[in-house]
Amino acid sequence: MFDFLIDGFGVALTPLNLGLAFLGAMLGTLFGALPGIGPINGIAILMPLAYTLGLPAESALILLAGIYTGSEYGGRMSSILLNVPGDAGAVMTTLDGYPMAKKGLAGPALGLSAVSSFVGATIAIIGLTLFAPLLARVAVMFGPAEFFALMVFAFASMAVMMGKDPIKTGIGAVLGVMIAMVGVDSGTGVLRYTFGMAELYDGIDFVVMIIGLFAISEILLMLEHANRPSNESDEMPPLGRVMVSLKEVLHCKWTMLRCGLIGFIVGVLPGTGASVAGAVAYTTEKRISDKDGTFGTGNMRGLAAPESANNAAAAGSFVPMLTLGIPGSGTTAVLLGALMLYNITPGPLLFTERPEVAGGLIASLYVGNIMLLALNLPLAGVFARVLTIPRWVLVPAIAILAFIGVYQLHSDLMAIYLMLIIGVFGYLLRKLGFSLAPVILGYVLGGLMEDNLRRALSISGGDTGILWQSGISLGLWIAAAALLILPWLVPKLLPSNSTEKNKQGA
Amino acid sequence: MRINTAIRYVSGITVLGSALLMGQVQANEDTECIAPAKPGGGYDLTCRLAANALLETGLIDKPMMVSYMPGGIGAVAYNHVIGVRNDDPNLIVAASTGAAVNLALGKFGQYDADEVRWLGALGADYGAIVVNDDAPWQNLDQLMEDLQTQPGEIVFGAGGTVGSQDWMKAALTAKAVDISPRDLRYVAFEGGGESLAALLGDHIQVFTGDMSELRPHLESGTVRVLASLSEERLGGPYADIPTAAEQGYDVQWPIWRGYYMGPDVSDEAYQAWVDKLETLSEEEAFAELRDARGLFPMSRFGDDFDGYVKDQVTQFKQLAEEVGLTQ
Repeated sequence: MFDFLIDGFGVALTPLNLGLAFLGAMLGTLFGALPGIGPINGIAILMPLAYTLGLPAESALILLAGIYTGSEYGGRMSSILLNVPGDAGAVMTTLDGYPMAKKGLAGPALGLSAVSSFVGATIAIIGLTLFAPLLARVAVMFGPAEFFALMVFAFASMAVMMGKDPIKTGIGAVLGVMIAMVGVDSGTGVLRYTFGMAELYDGIDFVVMIIGLFAISEILLMLEHANRPSNESDEMPPLGRVMVSLKEVLHCKWTMLRCGLIGFIVGVLPGTGASVAGAVAYTTEKRISDKDGTFGTGNMRGLAAPESANNAAAAGSFVPMLTLGIPGSGTTAVLLGALMLYNITPGPLLFTERPEVAGGLIASLYVGNIMLLALNLPLAGVFARVLTIPRWVLVPAIAILAFIGVYQLHSDLMAIYLMLIIGVFGYLLRKLGFSLAPVILGYVLGGLMEDNLRRALSISGGDTGILWQSGISLGLWIAAAALLILPWLVPKLLPSNSTEKNKQGA
Repeated sequence: MRINTAIRYVSGITVLGSALLMGQVQANEDTECIAPAKPGGGYDLTCRLAANALLETGLIDKPMMVSYMPGGIGAVAYNHVIGVRNDDPNLIVAASTGAAVNLALGKFGQYDADEVRWLGALGADYGAIVVNDDAPWQNLDQLMEDLQTQPGEIVFGAGGTVGSQDWMKAALTAKAVDISPRDLRYVAFEGGGESLAALLGDHIQVFTGDMSELRPHLESGTVRVLASLSEERLGGPYADIPTAAEQGYDVQWPIWRGYYMGPDVSDEAYQAWVDKLETLSEEEAFAELRDARGLFPMSRFGDDFDGYVKDQVTQFKQLAEEVGLTQ
């Protein structure tokens, strides 16, 4: 049954392919670490190169897959060190990663997140090896109605983040949903909130959104503080330990396993990716293990959760691509294009007709994952030194990367202006005490939610019954309701614990 | 040791980083093809055909950059090229019958088909009527019968909004059995991949896709193509698929895959591209690359192509009025 994997390791362990896997891992980490350049751009840049060099199909795929998984590792670096997500999957990593760095724990944070990434990716690759064909059949059972229910569930699980200031969290999420509405309506082609500007037909791009909201607002905050030289709370503490301890890793072991599983499942579904996986994993983990309310202030589990999940999602999105020929994410869509270039037809027959490609890819994911851990763990201390760079060097450097990243994506100055406007908006929100995570989640989930609601209703001809017709969507609705009702109901049923619980919930 | 490793790694990053920056700076000198959609779809394929074939035949020295500009079913790219990169001699943009449909419907804002320089088409694709392998319909007749008796029960889906070329295929199919396209149940997905996933999961019953994007799925036997919307049967792996016409339904939907340039590109630059594409279409190596992408021969360049597109837009305007879609 696993002949293809044995053959696959034979392919993946040739010197050329090992070298390419290493190169992919290196470049991927770099692409992921640079804000604005994500796996899609990395692959789009290198794909023509791989083709021109005349690499065989499996080698090209190994290189490109290395970049993809590597960038999910790299995305965490700027999240932790600069409070700027390196790519889409790393948004939630900022929530506890950056506070850890501010406590002088940048080294351990980078180390722990590397281990989490490794665990998450390993779970997903094993899942991919064992259950790919089975999971592919389950994944297509998710139609528009089921996706809508999934988004409702995701919004319900966000309620846990309402923490300190529920009204501001709510307003933030609604702002995000509103930003997602801009552009051409995907159902009817009608223009919404575009003010006659062609550049806005496209909607507000994800990269423009996160770079503006996080990076530009961060730069503005740094500039503001630069004029107040003796602001102690703003100074980075000296670097303490650089390595993460085994005890800390073991402390998070269940978090990594749980969130790896969540990330894998979300990744397998076509149409949802690492950003949704990170959000669902973080909010779930906060519910399960945030006993003392320290999530968001540098909790190690809060860091391990999204990192484990986003790497698992990246590997999970290979399932629909390899077994059905349907991309599970934007990046696998580009990879699919690469396969077609080599005249390879992904689908159920891939494993029997081209075992060297399917097996070689899966085997190289195992190899690449180990390489990435070996690459990222010792270097945690080196990268943590970024924090010792003086502000007057760091601020312009981030700004330059942000501008280049956004411009190379759109080749259009309008995107830069938009990024700056969103940046000022993000700065104002932060000054007013808003958290940025609900805004970005509202933006990501809101768009998906609307599209799928409208699709479900056009399937049923306007009958809302379709939304809870299938077992999957019904289960998701019940889970969502439970998330909202239980925290309110449980203290009432168990009056003895209620005072303590209320204190934690506040 | 440790510091050495650090220095080596950091300098590696610097070199790679600056290589990346150089690449960006030089991008102006290089040729570029804009695919006005997300990666992985028909426009991506159109750009990559030009990019790979031109490079492989030596008609360009450096790889052509393929960039993506999704949104507005191509309107964003159309407006971008007219408004921003109107005279870029190195930029071509992928287009297809879908763009002509949207121009006919006035979906590209204030601009119409006269606003850009239509360059040429390198191949054509044809619409297809696709159902799940376990669907009850073995041929187009059976589907049409059911559609006539219970039009509200059969859900069509494809990767374009109502009024797009994907929708047109569904609308024309319905019209062939005198069902008003307004009564048709149609779901718009983001691209062919999502539509296909919905078909495999039985969320929709009929997918009106394109032949070339179906090729990977023909052999696996997960879907059944009931009809090809071409004039006559297509060759190669498609030889077994009957046309709609031979099953007694007059539905045809050819989709050309071609390119346009900005309105203010000089005649020299325009003519240079026309010559390049024309030379390319005669190369033997090109035929192989085109076939590998499931595209069928079509060669129209320069003024010939320009006239063809404009005629088509006029035809679609009439069709849209007939179907009741004029805005």
